[in-house]
Amino acid sequence: MIDTDTTHRVDEIVVGYNRDRSAVIAMLQDIQAEFRYLPEEALRYLSQSMDIPIAKIYSLASFYRAFSLEPRGEHLIHVCLGTACHVRGAVRILGTIERTLGIQAGETDANLEFTLETVNCLGACALGPVVVVNGEYHGQMTSAKATRLLKQLRKSDENQTGQDREPR
Amino acid sequence: MEALQRIRCPEDLTRLREALVSDRDPNKPCITVCSGTGCQAYGCQQLTDAFRKELERRGLTDTVDIRTTGCHGFCERGPVVVIKPEGIFYQRMEVGDVAEVVEETLVNKRIVDHLLYTDPVTGEKIVHEHDVPFYKLQTRLILGNNGLIDPTSIEDYIAVGGYNALVKALYTMEPEEIIEAVKRSGLRGRGGGGFLTGRKWESCRRAEEDIKYVICNADEGDPGAYMDRSVLEGTPHSVLEGMIIGAYAIGSHEGYIYVRYEYPLAVQNTGLALKQARAYGLLGENIAGSGFDFDIKIARGGGAFVCGESSALMRSLEGDVGEPRAKYVHAAEKGLWDRPSNLNNVETWANVPWIINEGWERYARIGTEGSKGTKIFSLVGKINNTGLVEVPMGITLREIVYEIGGGIPNSKKFKAVQTGGPSGGCIPESLLDLLVDFDELTKVGSMMGSGGMIVMDEATCMVDIARYFLNFLREESCGKCVPCREGIAGSLEILNRICAGEGRQEDIELLEELSETLRDFSLCGLGKTACNPILSTIHYFRDEYEAHISEKKCPAGVCKALIQYTIDPEKCTGCGVCLRQCPQEAISGEKKEVHVIDQSRCVKCGVCHDLCRFEAVVIQ
Repeated sequence: MIDTDTTHRVDEIVVGYNRDRSAVIAMLQDIQAEFRYLPEEALRYLSQSMDIPIAKIYSLASFYRAFSLEPRGEHLIHVCLGTACHVRGAVRILGTIERTLGIQAGETDANLEFTLETVNCLGACALGPVVVVNGEYHGQMTSAKATRLLKQLRKSDENQTGQDREPR
Repeated sequence: MEALQRIRCPEDLTRLREALVSDRDPNKPCITVCSGTGCQAYGCQQLTDAFRKELERRGLTDTVDIRTTGCHGFCERGPVVVIKPEGIFYQRMEVGDVAEVVEETLVNKRIVDHLLYTDPVTGEKIVHEHDVPFYKLQTRLILGNNGLIDPTSIEDYIAVGGYNALVKALYTMEPEEIIEAVKRSGLRGRGGGGFLTGRKWESCRRAEEDIKYVICNADEGDPGAYMDRSVLEGTPHSVLEGMIIGAYAIGSHEGYIYVRYEYPLAVQNTGLALKQARAYGLLGENIAGSGFDFDIKIARGGGAFVCGESSALMRSLEGDVGEPRAKYVHAAEKGLWDRPSNLNNVETWANVPWIINEGWERYARIGTEGSKGTKIFSLVGKINNTGLVEVPMGITLREIVYEIGGGIPNSKKFKAVQTGGPSGGCIPESLLDLLVDFDELTKVGSMMGSGGMIVMDEATCMVDIARYFLNFLREESCGKCVPCREGIAGSLEILNRICAGEGRQEDIELLEELSETLRDFSLCGLGKTACNPILSTIHYFRDEYEAHISEKKCPAGVCKALIQYTIDPEKCTGCGVCLRQCPQEAISGEKKEVHVIDQSRCVKCGVCHDLCRFEAVVIQ
């Protein structure tokens, strides 16, 4: 059984596109925006509702880089690996973040605190190397700056837990 | 949106433009704040808010305008602010400078010296935007409006002559005449292919079917390239105008813009532009009263590089996995939903209104024999003036890198410039006087591509660059055809081992052989051109490959397995910064004594190198 909250949220998205089959990628994008990833039951329901085989839905969800089939952490970190960032040392920064968080690019830590992803290019090359944390750009990154940034994020989380974290 | 006066004839547009222009006092001071994605990352939004507040506080809201514009191009010096009508250029502005600028420049009409740009060559401070060397050598046919208009205002676009070309085309030109003009202008596709745009339109027009599609490719995937994004963000209406003219010439009534999902501002501004154009009757049914119908939808890409390839993009628009198909099926006959389709890139579409307005003769006078007009490049990497530059075809690489780009930072030596994204190649110093156009770049083993231009200095390893692009392409290959899927993976494996210090003598030859297979047998452009990063680096920088293989050395000091971080005892002051920050606790030493790195613990993260203020940490 798929819970009614999920079906309701998916229905709204599907109806928004007039059930147009060619809009299925856009529907998946909206589902991801709604749930922060693509939950299996939402995909199963989309498949039933649109009468598209589940295998087809999964082939789309796994082909396009924009989609995540795993739940994402509270903090979403994107390391830009565009060529301009690469020649300015983005790989070392990615390595530092991977070591500090104990996860590889594309993974989420066990507490669902951090998700680390790479992106091909953000087109903010003047700021390179660029790291984006929860949508906020941090430019001219160095390994040392990245370490400080992660420390600050962890610290603010701890403070919030201490004071009965408010729902976000 | 409130009911606007719909444009029903050419005179309506002229009247509207005249009314808009007469409402605006050209001498009224206006603060233009660059609000492209680059400057937004620098915090231009806070800057705009601060200007608004300050003007309000001083009761100047009626006498001074504020305009948030698209990308001005000089991203290196962001946030960029230009005060009109004088064109005073302030760079790296901060919220703290706002009160001073309002007081000094807007009230007292004086220049704020410390916000001016200093020419690194002459050391002189430059007051006006048009005198800054970065802009001086450019010919900004397409980007010019970016600094003038608010991209969210169709009225701004109309006031500077927008939609004039559309009305001219609809009312005074036959479709064949438009195609002829675009052909004669010599405009070639700006997405990388370089195919003659007019000819493409012609074959789509000739296809005998009622339903045809016109598509704008805004799936700008080349890393280090962001010109299409800036055009869509900054003057979305110029792209729409070009598309409507193209649709009229081809005989299409439905269009699509396929935009990267990583470009939210471009999606937003384009969506708004479509709404505004519809409200004025410049898009939709009976456009400008001419009887011609055409509408456009936006589709957001899913983040697959291969969807920049036209047939893959069309599959994606159909809601399918973006896999290319063989080239013998022509999109002009069987494209989207197997209907005749014409796809052009953002910048190509944005060139069309200019050609119609100014005439193909004027356009054809710009550029070289085989490449006409201008090209926008994103000049990035190890360069002083990172930014978007629009230059006439036929300018030399040297002019771009040294005169516009201001040379290489930190007095390092220039090594190469990479053009054409993952399908392009690296061009060495000996070819800096190359004239930049479609054919010349191809001749030296690179290509124009969509216009990424990444500058590399002596601290860039060329084997690592080849590996970087192949790694990129392996991730992005759709896997449909074997030569691309296996050829790229195989090449990457060889490059990986060379970078790891395990290269074999026969590896260079093997790479060259694999490259030929990739080029000759891959299904689409992704695989066919995947050899370029390898072949061009082997051709021009063979000695670096040999150093990796034979001497197990990375001359640029990049490949981790082949380098060591050590501390120069002459320079180390024993300050202890590296010791405290080393994540591996690999550094030891007493305070004020020379420190030492324990190589067995070092993971080569480079933190010590980044932090040392005395340049005592050296890479060997």
